[in-house]
Amino acid sequence: MSDTLHAVAIEVNGKRREARVPARLSLVDWLREELRLTGTHVGCEHGICGACSVLLDGDPVRSCLMYTVQAHGHRVTTVEGLARPDGSMSALQDSFCETHALQCGYCTPGMLIAAQALLDSNPDPTEAQIREAIGGNLCRCTGYQQIVEAVQLAAERTKAK
Amino acid sequence: MLATHGDSAKLLAGGQSLVPMMAMRLVRPAWLVDINEIAALKFVKLENDAARIGACTRQCVVDRDEALYSRVPLLRQALAWVGHIQTRNRGTVGGSLAHADPSAELPLAAQVLGAKLVLRSSKGARTLEAEKFFAGPMATAARPDECLEEIHWPAWGEKRTGSAFTEIAIRHGDFAMVAAAAQLALDADGRCTRAAFGLGGVGAVPLAFPKIAARLAGTKLDDEAIGDAASEAAKATEPGSDLHATKEYRRHLARVLAGRALREARDRALAVR
Repeated sequence: MSDTLHAVAIEVNGKRREARVPARLSLVDWLREELRLTGTHVGCEHGICGACSVLLDGDPVRSCLMYTVQAHGHRVTTVEGLARPDGSMSALQDSFCETHALQCGYCTPGMLIAAQALLDSNPDPTEAQIREAIGGNLCRCTGYQQIVEAVQLAAERTKAK
Repeated sequence: MLATHGDSAKLLAGGQSLVPMMAMRLVRPAWLVDINEIAALKFVKLENDAARIGACTRQCVVDRDEALYSRVPLLRQALAWVGHIQTRNRGTVGGSLAHADPSAELPLAAQVLGAKLVLRSSKGARTLEAEKFFAGPMATAARPDECLEEIHWPAWGEKRTGSAFTEIAIRHGDFAMVAAAAQLALDADGRCTRAAFGLGGVGAVPLAFPKIAARLAGTKLDDEAIGDAASEAAKATEPGSDLHATKEYRRHLARVLAGRALREARDRALAVR
């Protein structure tokens, strides 16, 4: 394994970030350790738990299963990028608070990313579609029911607007 | 790169199996060759009797392709069981085949349909039948200097064709304990003209049963004929035992799931008028 650093340019939450990184630095480690965007959580580090989910060019992926160099030239959205520009919570994030869709909060960033990706492509999902969308995210507090309710609430509110 | 470094280099496609294995230090490749940005490996081309898919085409792209679904429906039916949305957004068709997990869905679909795999090295290309490609658990006939380039999935021309994929896993999206896939074609009277089916997770490689399937041709595919074929196939499997399932339970699942896949495929074919 080499110590060579590779130049990357990645758009993170709308901002172009440039860095020189080792070839095998995972995307989640770069986001957390270098950019200090610690909203994205590291859970299992082998692609099972979904806590590290981010949007890559708008699609949810596991950032522990990608190397930073692979995101070169792509667009990454982390949980920090879901909030409104003034820093207030998004409709989905508000819904999570209101329906008690989190306890310890470890899975929450991944759940939010997975749910936001669903709502972006399908503003009026069925319960089955919501469950499918968050199927790759584990919650250890077993709060799945409230998470499903939160996504339903966010969908209703977005529709009503 | 592959020719120079041989076994110490690994191709990195979607990374949804290789990167976890590296994270657990089960593999430690000195060299990783990332093929994700090679546009020539990403395509879906429909031809008269086959769909050609570039090895690095992402699973989500195949899943969403309506024209492909109408020609090779088994692919989308299999992908519904492959991991989760996040992994299908990165995972590739060729990566899953080259990884050759005996319980994985796409290798089973490749076996059942008799897919052809094109392997390329700096010396040239060769084409292998799925049956010749899968060599054992996580082992294929690809040489260290070869890259899987594209896969030809046969598209059946019969109007009344039906296919189905089903499996049992601990949780949806987990590795299958046993998986079953089937594809059947019927004539206007509902008589079977062509049959293919197979089982995954019950041997070193995914298994197809062409001889047993051939005996379904000419029948009306009643539940009894299907049940006999499923029993015979299950008897021919050599599943292993582990924490999750004994070999007896796996063989039981093999019979039940093969029957279920065949019946679903039959009912879908019957629904085509």
